Amino acid sequence: MSGNIAYLGYGLAAIGPGIGVGLIFAAYINGVARQPEARGVLQTIAFTGMALTEALAILGLVFAFVFATMK
Amino acid sequence: MSLLLSGDTFVAPGPGEFWQPLIGGDTALAFTRPALLLIISVVFLTVLLARTTRKLAVVPSRTQFLVEGCYNLVRNSIARDVIGSREFLKFVPLLFTMFMLILTNNFFGNVVFLQFPTMSRLAFPLLLTVIVYLTYHIVGLRRKGFIGYFKSFVPSGLPIWLVPVMFLIEFMTYMITRPLTLALRLFGNMFAGHLLILVFVTAGDYLLLNTHNVGLQFSGVLSFAFSILMSFFEILIQFLQAYIFTMLTALYLAGAVADEH
Repeated sequence: MSGNIAYLGYGLAAIGPGIGVGLIFAAYINGVARQPEARGVLQTIAFTGMALTEALAILGLVFAFVFATMK
Repeated sequence: MSLLLSGDTFVAPGPGEFWQPLIGGDTALAFTRPALLLIISVVFLTVLLARTTRKLAVVPSRTQFLVEGCYNLVRNSIARDVIGSREFLKFVPLLFTMFMLILTNNFFGNVVFLQFPTMSRLAFPLLLTVIVYLTYHIVGLRRKGFIGYFKSFVPSGLPIWLVPVMFLIEFMTYMITRPLTLALRLFGNMFAGHLLILVFVTAGDYLLLNTHNVGLQFSGVLSFAFSILMSFFEILIQFLQAYIFTMLTALYLAGAVADEH
């Protein structure tokens, strides 16, 4: 079997941020369900958290391209 | 595209399918199709918004209702809720422009003859990110002065040995990670979505027309059906990415404007 192991690496790297963003928005949904008036405040926090966590997923995507073109 | 002419083997679509020069061939200054699409989107948006807001009626027509809906979304639920009711009006033009531009260019992936989401070429999200980057730095520097801006990177009340580490992390976040992820998130989503639809359509075409096995031809039909499903999914993603870009811009501006602690 031949190929580039970087593709496997990218697939594994996508697990963490996926779970992380899911946890963030699960907390956001819980918070809004308990207290719908807090929606605006929680929205800011949820999107800030999402931007930070998704950064790792995007770094994974970028490095997948970099590793694919390296020899 | 060489797929339909090769006949024997299937050549999967790749990033090369996104290079579509119209005038100028393969050079660096060629006028490409996404550049033309950007010009078309700007003209379309100008005409649409000018004509809709010319005679505003109390009982709105359908176009006026849609445009007002978009404007309310950006002004109220993005700008006012994130930046705060004191300062948000100054930033609504920027946010509204970003939102409408990204939304229109993303939706060009679904329109019949234009099927190319402009933001799937890296230059366009990069340009928008440069605008946002300059804006939030200049706003922050003006608000807090040069020294105060860098002091605001580190929240107050930290033990003294933690301050250099936090400063380094926050500096990297403000200077490098934020613009990088902002541009790459929009680019990656649009690129991946368009490539996905390309793969399923070209694979469906190859399986249906270039093989002589009934099972494979049936799976070609399935491939086409799946590409239609992915197109619907892409409409959702396109709207969501425009919304997230605008929301994060508002968040970064709110951070630059805030006088906290």
